[in-house]
Amino acid sequence: MRALAWHGRHDVRVDTVDDPEIVNRRDAIIKVTSTAICGSDLHLYDGYIPTMKAGDILGHEFMGEVVEVGPGSTLKKGQRVVVPFTIACGSCYHCGKQQFSACDNGNPADNQDIAEKLYGQPMSGLFGYSHMTGGYAGGQAEYVRVPYSDVGPIVIPDGVDDDKVLFLSDILPTGWQAAENADIEPGDTVAVWGCGPVGLFAVQSAFLMGAARVIAIDHFPKRLELARRFGAETINFEETATYDALMQMTGGIGPDACIDSVGLEAHGLFVDNVVDQIKKSTFLGTDRIHSIRQAIVACRKGGRVSMPAVYGGIVDKFPLGALMEKGLTLKTGQTHVQRYLPGLLNAIMEEKIDTTFLISHRMPLEQGAEAYRMFHDEQNDVTKIVLKPGMASAAAATA
Amino acid sequence: MTDGATNSGQDDAPLATSKHGDPAGETGGRMRETAGDQITSRAVTINRPRTELYAYWRDFANLATFMENVERIDVKDATTSHWVVAAPAGKTVEWDALVTEDEAGSLIAWESAPGADVPNSGRIEFVEAQGGRGTVVTATILYDPPAGVVGKIVAKLFQREPAIQARRDLRRFKQLMETGEISTNAMNPAQAAAKEV
Ligand SMILES: NC(=O)c1ccc[n+]([C@@H]2O[C@H](COP(=O)([O-])OP(=O)(O)OC[C@H]3O[C@@H](n4cnc5c(N)ncnc54)[C@H](O)[C@@H]3O)[C@@H](O)[C@H]2O)c1
Ligand SMILES: [Zn+2]
Ligand SMILES: [Zn+2]
Repeated sequence: MRALAWHGRHDVRVDTVDDPEIVNRRDAIIKVTSTAICGSDLHLYDGYIPTMKAGDILGHEFMGEVVEVGPGSTLKKGQRVVVPFTIACGSCYHCGKQQFSACDNGNPADNQDIAEKLYGQPMSGLFGYSHMTGGYAGGQAEYVRVPYSDVGPIVIPDGVDDDKVLFLSDILPTGWQAAENADIEPGDTVAVWGCGPVGLFAVQSAFLMGAARVIAIDHFPKRLELARRFGAETINFEETATYDALMQMTGGIGPDACIDSVGLEAHGLFVDNVVDQIKKSTFLGTDRIHSIRQAIVACRKGGRVSMPAVYGGIVDKFPLGALMEKGLTLKTGQTHVQRYLPGLLNAIMEEKIDTTFLISHRMPLEQGAEAYRMFHDEQNDVTKIVLKPGMASAAAATA
Repeated sequence: MTDGATNSGQDDAPLATSKHGDPAGETGGRMRETAGDQITSRAVTINRPRTELYAYWRDFANLATFMENVERIDVKDATTSHWVVAAPAGKTVEWDALVTEDEAGSLIAWESAPGADVPNSGRIEFVEAQGGRGTVVTATILYDPPAGVVGKIVAKLFQREPAIQARRDLRRFKQLMETGEISTNAMNPAQAAAKEV
């Protein structure tokens, strides 16, 4: 089959590799019809996530048709499914508590060592996201082997477009969980750092959960425009000082809840960010944490900070004092995707959540390398790229 | 930094390994005590009843399913089993093991028969976990690295960090018991058999 593989920093290629086969009883093989590139993939592309190996197949946001099932799968050939990016067994203690990204078993035994050492305990497996999270081949490919297919994938009713449901695999539940973790109360002002896919779904989710106002922060005009489409007020951090603007907009109180959906590659020439950048380039530190610092400092006393953004390592200049003195609550985590699927599928079907607005480009899988370059270099115009394995190159279309 | 497997093996600090000279009694209970013994012990909580876990383990033939180095274990009678373990360069090491303690539902201890190339013993305990979380399984493996050239080759196999081996084997045991299968990132059955990381 054809699959998009990581070969190093800013080097991804579409390779020909063996088709996956059923290995375990609960496996299914999915023929991918749509697969997206995520902001998380950019962290791999930029070489910030350790334990990648040349040839690793990328992609954790995908859906397709069931073409083969193991005897322990509950899926049937021909069904269309969206697959969660978290690989969870459904039977361990954490799965029982619906903490699927903390599944004890989704990550193979040998791969758990690094995460155990780094984080104290290993987390679940993830598709296409380094060997620390399992070394699983990802979904930017024609076919994928999906373990524990009886608990992960959600079956999509006939006649519903891929574009409408694809984002159930990650960014929609991630934006939703981000808002849920912000414990929004009626009348709240919620500030969202980052108007990428995660931030934009967090904006929609925050309104659905009763926020009176949502303030979205970014520096790409087109992404800010999308946030405004959903009713958010916006701050362009290149034009206005974010903290000052937030204080003014909230009458000196600060936002009741702050959501960091930027992550370890924060942009901007802020002093702390530049220092982080130097440390990163000299291997003294790996994460640029400007946005979470700012979220904590801006948040109102007694407020909530939600951090869907991905960070990987140990950081410094973290405003622990502000967190403590102001009595803030901080919630975070990889998304427990499986927990949200039925509810969010309903919300899509009832048209309470708009998902298709996000897609700026649809391209053949064969043009995967170009797609990564575009998503990386042209963030203003490129909000989300969906790769289609079946699509002819000539038919490459821009939405 | 690209190879996860290698990284993990390099500077590993086993959770509960007492090296040369530590009294075996500290972690090994009633196990043999010799000056050169190495002990490794680790606990894992498995979301299944302890009788079920005990029963699976008590049939020693099952252990090869999740113990990576063990090629096969033949059960000879109620207390004796024959272990065939993969060694470097395609060789195998074999020995008989005898069950020395057996408490239904809670404890199994075994020990290699006299004359084994690598005298070793193991002990596994099953204790009900609090809060309905299943069973706390504690495994303790004790082995005595042999001297001499042949001994060195054999020991290499064990010294491939016994603590790493033990914790990975225990994770596989947990996976098998909780999910009915052993998680793998293999793309096909052949890769799975080759046990790639
Ligand atoms: N928790 C999870 O399970 C999960 C799932 C998916 C993605 N993520 C993470 O969420 C984050 C966002 O993902 P995405 O797909 O939306 O990524 P993205 O790269 O498309 O979007 C990030 C946005 O943040 C903006 N930004 C950069 N610096 C900023 C700053 N200083 N202030 C305000 N905005 C700034 C960028 O301009 C960009 O629009 C990433 O870290 C990703 O890894 C987490
Ligand atoms: Zn993603
Ligand atoms: Zn689980």
